Amino acid sequence: MTESTEKMTGARAFIECLYREGVDTIFGYPGGVLLPIYDELYDADIRHILVRHEQAAVHGAEGYARATGKTGVCLATSGPGATNLVTGIANAYMDSIPMVVFTGQVPSSLLGNDAFQEANITGITMPITKHNYLVQDANDLPRIIKEAFHIASTGRQGPVLIDLPKDITVQEIDFYYPDKVNLRGYKPTYQGNLQQIKKAASEIGRSKNPVIYAGGGVISSEASKELREFAEKINAPVTTTLTGMGGFPVEHPLFLGMPGMHGTKYANYAIQESDLLIAVGARFDDRVTGKLKAFASNAKIIHIDIDPAEISKNVKVDIPIVGDAKWILQKLLKYASPSQSEAWIKRIDHWKKDNPLYYVEPATGDGIKPQYIIEQISEACKDAIIVTEVGQHQMWAAQYFRFSEPRTFITSGGLGTMGYGFPASIGAKIARPDKIVFDIAGDGSFQMNSQELATAVQENVPVIVAIFNNGYLGMVRQWQELFHDKRYSSTCIQNSVDFVKLAEAYGALGLRATKREEVRPAIEEAIASGRPTVIDFIVECEENVSPMVPAGAAINEILDLEKKE
Amino acid sequence: MRHTLAVLVENKYGVLSRVAGMFSRRGYNIDSLTVGVTDDPTISRMTIVVMGDDDVLEQVMKQLNKLIDVIRVSDLKSEESVDRELALIKVNSEVANRSEIMQIADIFRARIIDVGSKSMIIEVTGDEGKITAIEQLLKPFGIKEMVRTGKVALRRGQKNS
Repeated sequence: MTESTEKMTGARAFIECLYREGVDTIFGYPGGVLLPIYDELYDADIRHILVRHEQAAVHGAEGYARATGKTGVCLATSGPGATNLVTGIANAYMDSIPMVVFTGQVPSSLLGNDAFQEANITGITMPITKHNYLVQDANDLPRIIKEAFHIASTGRQGPVLIDLPKDITVQEIDFYYPDKVNLRGYKPTYQGNLQQIKKAASEIGRSKNPVIYAGGGVISSEASKELREFAEKINAPVTTTLTGMGGFPVEHPLFLGMPGMHGTKYANYAIQESDLLIAVGARFDDRVTGKLKAFASNAKIIHIDIDPAEISKNVKVDIPIVGDAKWILQKLLKYASPSQSEAWIKRIDHWKKDNPLYYVEPATGDGIKPQYIIEQISEACKDAIIVTEVGQHQMWAAQYFRFSEPRTFITSGGLGTMGYGFPASIGAKIARPDKIVFDIAGDGSFQMNSQELATAVQENVPVIVAIFNNGYLGMVRQWQELFHDKRYSSTCIQNSVDFVKLAEAYGALGLRATKREEVRPAIEEAIASGRPTVIDFIVECEENVSPMVPAGAAINEILDLEKKE
Repeated sequence: MRHTLAVLVENKYGVLSRVAGMFSRRGYNIDSLTVGVTDDPTISRMTIVVMGDDDVLEQVMKQLNKLIDVIRVSDLKSEESVDRELALIKVNSEVANRSEIMQIADIFRARIIDVGSKSMIIEVTGDEGKITAIEQLLKPFGIKEMVRTGKVALRRGQKNS
């Protein structure tokens, strides 16, 4: 088909390009300048998910991308439609998610004139996209779309935006879809330097206290299997970041849990006392490292990353290896011999036994502990896809769900976007209809995009929203409790809405659990219903996420917040 | 420490903004920036002078390389490269001091490119030190206006940069 030079409009070419990129679903919201494209979509063999707010379109596309590894696609009109995408684009950029974002634009002749619904979206999104385009000639459109999908899905993945002036969509062109892209400034490195790999392998053989610190790069390079084999071969414990969760099975004896601010004590102790830290597709975020000067100060650091700019950006690296995590782990598997970690593993096992994640059940048996809900969801459907909003519930999900496979934990890591989870869960469920999909939500976060209940019902997407309703913006309240003398300034959101009635008003199923014994039945009823469902779990309102490392402290300076009970 | 970077970029709309935006977003300060097309009309060359230690230089180069429109980034070490700036200096001059100013210009191999009844414009090229020196010498006469291009630089010898 690439030889075709059929005449067609830009709007028709847009559809043809999406076909060639294998796009079956897009998330969008129409508008005046997009009418030619929406007219073509009317007959196209592409599922269009009509969201209720453009922000949900971009989060939906991201959920779709994270659940599958495919490039997510979304579409919004010019001006406010485009600017409503900005948070979602920034989110995808921070978490390196492959995505192509299309925005409508006023006709070229009006560009720069402050025309109705004009916004300079390429200018606005320059710092939050991997690349972006303003199409100035419809003849360039197929090449630009080809390039955009290539850029979004290769190297360090990320969002690419294409701005489409209305006249481009009606201009007639000779359609030709290129086979290859030719970008002389863009040549990602996939194969790591063999000498560096061998150097790393010999460090591993010498090390006594190694720790593997794996991030979202393991998920995006589909390297979970290699990570597991590597950890087992060199006999090193593995800690995964928030976005790396699912990249290593939680039940595995070498698993340490998450590091950093709300990581396990033993993950943090292990990092701090390691003599060799092997970072794989992780970027040393401040929520992981805490006080940089004190981070893994006795360790040599091997850093495997596809983005050279991540090397020594935050933490000085001893052995950098730039390339694809999967490719490099395969080579390390070949060259590395086991570390000398027998005593270290025993020591870590002691730490694990002495410092488990735990919570204290209330004496009366009435209140629901949020951690208990996560455990129950985990037991009820171990292989569910867990999507989260942002806040305490997000950390509890990361701490207590027993993840066993990649692409089953979808969360806003870098940007921390409240309102992300519900639309992302719709995207994930559309991508993986075979999976049960939960959106673990706070009552605050859910209200940022609860209007998407209409989308879930209209599109018949049976996601389950589990609201951890504590009447507070919980994580901020926790900080106020700990660092601002319990002065809960503007974090109390009681009397907000009856979530059961809200669900019912949209045509979804609404359930409520106020006692511990109601938790599991509610989860099971939601799963059995096959309908979009909201479960309003009334949880203990001043429960804290524990353990916690205060911002700016070293990661082994841990507050144990449960001990107060 | 100041570093001089030669950056080859696609000669396209918006590229300067992407490059400048990267600097401002990440908090790096540009001391000077010059842009012009190369012998290949599809490629422009930027000479960027940036302040910072070696870690800053490394990050700047890596972040520039991440931009899709950036083709190549080179660090031009002063001992391996030549650089020039052009300055135009409009200086107060009366008939009485004109010859003195012309003598200064002559010493610096600068050129007088405009003479008015009360001022002259001097064109001078050279490295930063030379331009600063002539500026200091002309200051007592009264500099009415002055413009400097910022540095342009090329690596010596055969190797392209």
